[in-house]
This record gives sequence, C-alpha cells and structure tokens, in this order.
Amino acid sequence: MMGTIFGIPPQALFGQLLLGLINGSFYALLSLGLAVIFGMLNVINFAHGALYMMGAFVSWLLLTKLGIGYWWALLLAPLIVGLFGVVLEKTLLSRLYKLDHLYGLLLTFGLALIVEGAFRHQYGVSGQPYPIPDALKGGQNLGFMFLPNYRGWVVVASLVVCLSTWIAIEKTKLGAYLRAATENPVLVQAFGINVPRMVTLTYAFGVALAGLAGVLAAPIYQVSPLMGSNLIIVVFAVVVIGGMGSILGAVLTGYGLGLLEGLTKVFYPEASNIVVFVIMAVVLMIKPAGLFGRER
Amino acid sequence: MIARLLAGAALAALTIGATGPANAQQGKLSGDMVKVGVLNDRSGLYADLGGEGSAVAARMAAEEFGNKILGKPIQIITADHQNKPDIGSNLARQWIDQDGVDVIVDVPNSGVALAVQEVTREKKTIFLMEGPATSRLTGDACSPTGFHWPYDTRALAVGTGQAIVKEGGDSWFFITADYAFGHQLEADTSAQVKKAGGKVVGSVKAPLNTADFSSFLLQAQASGAKIVGLANAGGDTITSIKQASEFGLTQSGQQKLAGLLIFLSDVHALGLQVAQDLVLTTGFYWDRNDETRAWSKKFFDRHGKMPTMVQAGSYSAVRHYLKAIEAAGTDDGPTVAAKMKEMPVNDMFAQNGSILPNGRMVHDMYLARVKKPSESKGPWDYYEILRTIPGKEAFATFEESGCKLPK
Repeated sequence: MMGTIFGIPPQALFGQLLLGLINGSFYALLSLGLAVIFGMLNVINFAHGALYMMGAFVSWLLLTKLGIGYWWALLLAPLIVGLFGVVLEKTLLSRLYKLDHLYGLLLTFGLALIVEGAFRHQYGVSGQPYPIPDALKGGQNLGFMFLPNYRGWVVVASLVVCLSTWIAIEKTKLGAYLRAATENPVLVQAFGINVPRMVTLTYAFGVALAGLAGVLAAPIYQVSPLMGSNLIIVVFAVVVIGGMGSILGAVLTGYGLGLLEGLTKVFYPEASNIVVFVIMAVVLMIKPAGLFGRER
Repeated sequence: MIARLLAGAALAALTIGATGPANAQQGKLSGDMVKVGVLNDRSGLYADLGGEGSAVAARMAAEEFGNKILGKPIQIITADHQNKPDIGSNLARQWIDQDGVDVIVDVPNSGVALAVQEVTREKKTIFLMEGPATSRLTGDACSPTGFHWPYDTRALAVGTGQAIVKEGGDSWFFITADYAFGHQLEADTSAQVKKAGGKVVGSVKAPLNTADFSSFLLQAQASGAKIVGLANAGGDTITSIKQASEFGLTQSGQQKLAGLLIFLSDVHALGLQVAQDLVLTTGFYWDRNDETRAWSKKFFDRHGKMPTMVQAGSYSAVRHYLKAIEAAGTDDGPTVAAKMKEMPVNDMFAQNGSILPNGRMVHDMYLARVKKPSESKGPWDYYEILRTIPGKEAFATFEESGCKLPK
C-alpha cells in the first residue's frame, strides 16, 4: 500500500480529480456559452439552464418519439435549441438592447421559469431515463478507478468544443469581426457588416452550446425539467469568478472549479455544494472583475 | 402562493355544491365544514412521490363520504412547501389561524414535517403524515395530534436492513442525504445491521439534491463494504442508482446496492433495466390483492400514474380521520385524535391497523424485489413481494419509541 496524501490514499485522490474534471467539462461548456453571449450582447442569459435542459429533452424526444439515436441528437438537438434561440433573440431580446443589463436578466429569468414550468407540467420531476449509446458503454479500469467510457468521451468532446470556440473567436477573421462589433457596433456596421444578424447568430451559437451540453448530460443525469436550475447557479458563479465576458476565463475556471469541487467531496463532502460560492465571494472581494476579466 | 391557495379554495368550493338538509346527528364543526390541507412538495424532487397525487387520494377519500360529513361539506386545499421548513410551518400556521384548516396531510421531507409538527402540537390540530420518514416524529418529537402512516425509517431499516444482512451482506457503507431524514435512516439502519451481526465501515453525507454522486460512489467503492446503503430518497435515489450502474459498482459482484427508501415513482423513472433486483421495503403495492388493484385503477384513471405508498397512505389516513369525526360528532383536534386511536384501521391500505399512543399507525409492511425486464408483464408491473413483515416487527413499540406522551 502506498502512503497517503492528507490522510487520503492517492488512488482515491486521482479518482476524485478525474471526476472533478468531468463535472468541470459541463461547467466549462455552459459558462463558455454564457461568456460568448455576454461578451457580444451584454445580456446575462439566465435562460441558459433551461436551454441546457431543453437540449437534453430534445434528444430524449428524438429517441423515444422518432427513434433518432444519440449521434444524430448530438447534431440535431443543438440546432433545434439554436433555432429556438434565434426566435427568442428576434422577438424578445432584441427589444432590450437599449436598456440596462438588468432587463435582459429579468426577461431571460422569466423565460427560464416558463420553459421549466412547461416541461415540469408535461413530464413530472422524476425525469426520464436516456441510455448510454452502445459504442460508449462499459469502461476502463485505470487502476485507481473505474472510468466509464462515456464520461471519458464527455471530457474529450468538451475540450474539443471549448478549444475550437476559443480559436474561432480569437484567431479567425469572423472572430475579429465579432470582437470589433462588441467594441464599436456602429463603426463595424459602417464597414458593411450586418451587425444585428451577427448578434442573432452569436446568441444562437451560445444557446446551441447549452443544448449540446444538454445532449452530453442526458445519459449521465436523468433527463429532468429541474436539471438546468440545479446547475445554472453554479455556472453563473463560474462566470463571475472567471470574469464576465472572458472566453478563456470561463473555460479555465469551469475546469478549475470542477476539480476543486471534486476535492471538497473527499475532504468535507457536506460543503461540496457551497465551495464554489465561497470562492466567488473571495474573488469578488479581491478582484471584482473576476480572475480573467478586464476592469471597464 | 396566495393566488394559488385562493384558486385552490375556489375550485374546491365549486365542486362541493349545495349543502344537504340538516342531519339529525349534526355535530359541532368549526367553520361549518371540514377543511383538509394537503401540504407537500409540488414542484421539486419529491413532487412525484406525493405532490398532486396525494391531493387526488385525499379527494377520493372525501368522495366516499359524498364530500360531506355530519351534513357539512368537506373541502380540500393544497400548497407547496418547496422543501423549506420555514415556508412549511408558516403555511401551516396561516392555514390553521386564518383559513380554518382542520387537518394537515402528507408533508414529505422530514425536516419540514418536524417543523409543522411543532405548529400542530401547539394548535392542537390533527397532522396526518404520509410523506416524511423519520421515526423521530413518533419518538422524541411526537405530538398528541400527530399521526404517522405508511412507513418510517425504523420500518425501512428492519425490512431492508435485516433482510440483506441475513443474505450475507454484513458490511455496510452509507451514502446519506445530509438532513434530518437521512441521518435518522442511517442511524436506524445501522442499529438493525449491528443487531443482526453486521458492521458499518463508514458513511458519507451528500447534500440534498445532488446532481453528481460519482464522487460519493467512488468513496463507497474504496471502502470495500459489501453493501452500499442509500439513505436518501426521490430524485437523489434515482441519480445515485443510475450512476452506480454507470460506474460498474455492482458489476464486479463484490458490492451490492441497498436502496433504503425507494418509491414506485423512482422505479418508474429508473426503468427496470437499471432498477432490477433492488430489494426494498414498502407500505403499499398496488398489485397486492383485488382491493388494492381496484382502488389503484381508480387512482390511475384520474392521475395517470399508479399510486406510491405515500399517496395510498394519504387516502387511508384521511378516510380514517373522517370516520373518526363521524364517530366523535366533532372536529375538535384532541377529541378526534383520541377517537382515531380507539378505532382499528381497515381499508384497502391496511388490514387491522392499530394506532399507538404516539400516533404510529402499525400495519404490515412488505419486502419487495424489483422485477427484471423479462419478468414484468406490463406497465407498472414492477415488484415481487418477497415477504410480509408483520406490523409489530416493523415498527417500534410505544415504549421503544422514546415518546414522552402519557400512555
């Protein structure tokens, strides 16, 4: 038997860190979408959790009603949720851009309650089971823990999506337009770029990320109307800690806090659902703009 | 919330209709009606095991009396306590003080039930508990007007705990919901495990409404215990069982899961593929005999789901309460409570049930196994009853309970 680290066998510690990374993948995907939307639209999208839940429900409905499996759902569900986002942005959100951030927050919060209430009314709270796709069933024995293949896939998928989004925004021409339009929309419009359409598509992309996270989550958690509200508060804390609007900050903080939460579950499990908020409070006191945010 | 209460009251008033001619044995009813308040989680993780279904069951009980008692109407109202003890006790107080509610029904979540028990004890109001589990409600926190109906932590511990130790599951690790209910369920089960010759090697307290149990499951795996006891309920149980199957906890054959509190609604949500072979203790199963099948069929036609033991228990308790009012000729709390304790409970839920001085309704419990998908003949065909646990064995006696009421 090897020695122990702070009274915990190293095997257990590695296992918990890996689990933290898996949960961090969801935090990162969701906070990435929030950061993209906030950076571009200045809207604090409180409906993000509800849209994540919608992503999971869409894939469940595709499977049970139409017999369309996981891999297609991975493509279709984000598209459907993204389309829903387009409708929301065109009909409701676009009317609020002239007003304070608070109005966007209140509107999206109300929307979240309505969407959640509708699903709860239709499907109850216990949730629906969604099977793990056959290709990802089973798991690997890593020596220190049993890693289900599906969870490994979630980490890989989330890393790929986060990385490519970051590259798209920071390193491509389209990303440059986006960042420019955030700084000075009037000037960018003057160069002949359709800024309102870009805003709509950005929102759609942000919520499609939430939908994608929902599909990834469906086989792990029950597909339940409450799954979004359980997660969204933590994700908001992640965004605040990372710095509102900072893409890199959102992603890194997502993974980092997942790890930290994992450690808390070993050392003091009772505190595992508040540790993120304690960190948020500390960060707000020391660096109010967040770890990666710029003071404006 | 108030709007919802008002809407509920208005609806109930509509369905009551005109009051009939004065009855010869017309007694004293406060507010000239019996007002039943069903207080539970209507939107959160416990909404499917009780929720609106408990209100449906209470209405079915009232309908057996023609929605009238001693010539006066029976009214049923509902509210959502959101699993918050302060909201629950405030609603109870408002119902009793301002709205003339005569009896409070259900109240799942032991934390909320303990808070409401304080209010109903002070107000001498009848409190019929179907949802909550902790045996403290008839132990140190007992009340002269409190009644605990379908199950409690001690009965679950006796049923599932002892049965599993007898089959060789003699070392336990608990994953426990971190509040009153989980702590009590772990304590009661540990006691039964040790009594049967087993040992407890450890436990971890998981916050209520946890989305990811994998970390706790890993700790359970590392403990090397033969049995991982889930001292949680509702959504938490569903998530932990599902994720245990994902992490291959039971596939190695070295560890087994013991769900200490599993409702029919949980099995329905999990699906038989994941839930198969779980052993559980329940106070009610719809497919047990002709009477339970007939009643459950009626319930299903209204609610679209088969009843859990909490919902069936709500029917049984409300029905017994109304019978006691009929016999006592009044809805005065302490008088009705005394009458309820005198009368045996006989309905589709319980045969020759009796009520102890601490309010514990003693009736047979059932040890059940969840069927494999291949054994199930149709929707909701989920349990095989392994054993009937006599009420006297399942529940603590009045002396054992620790309740300080006069006998």
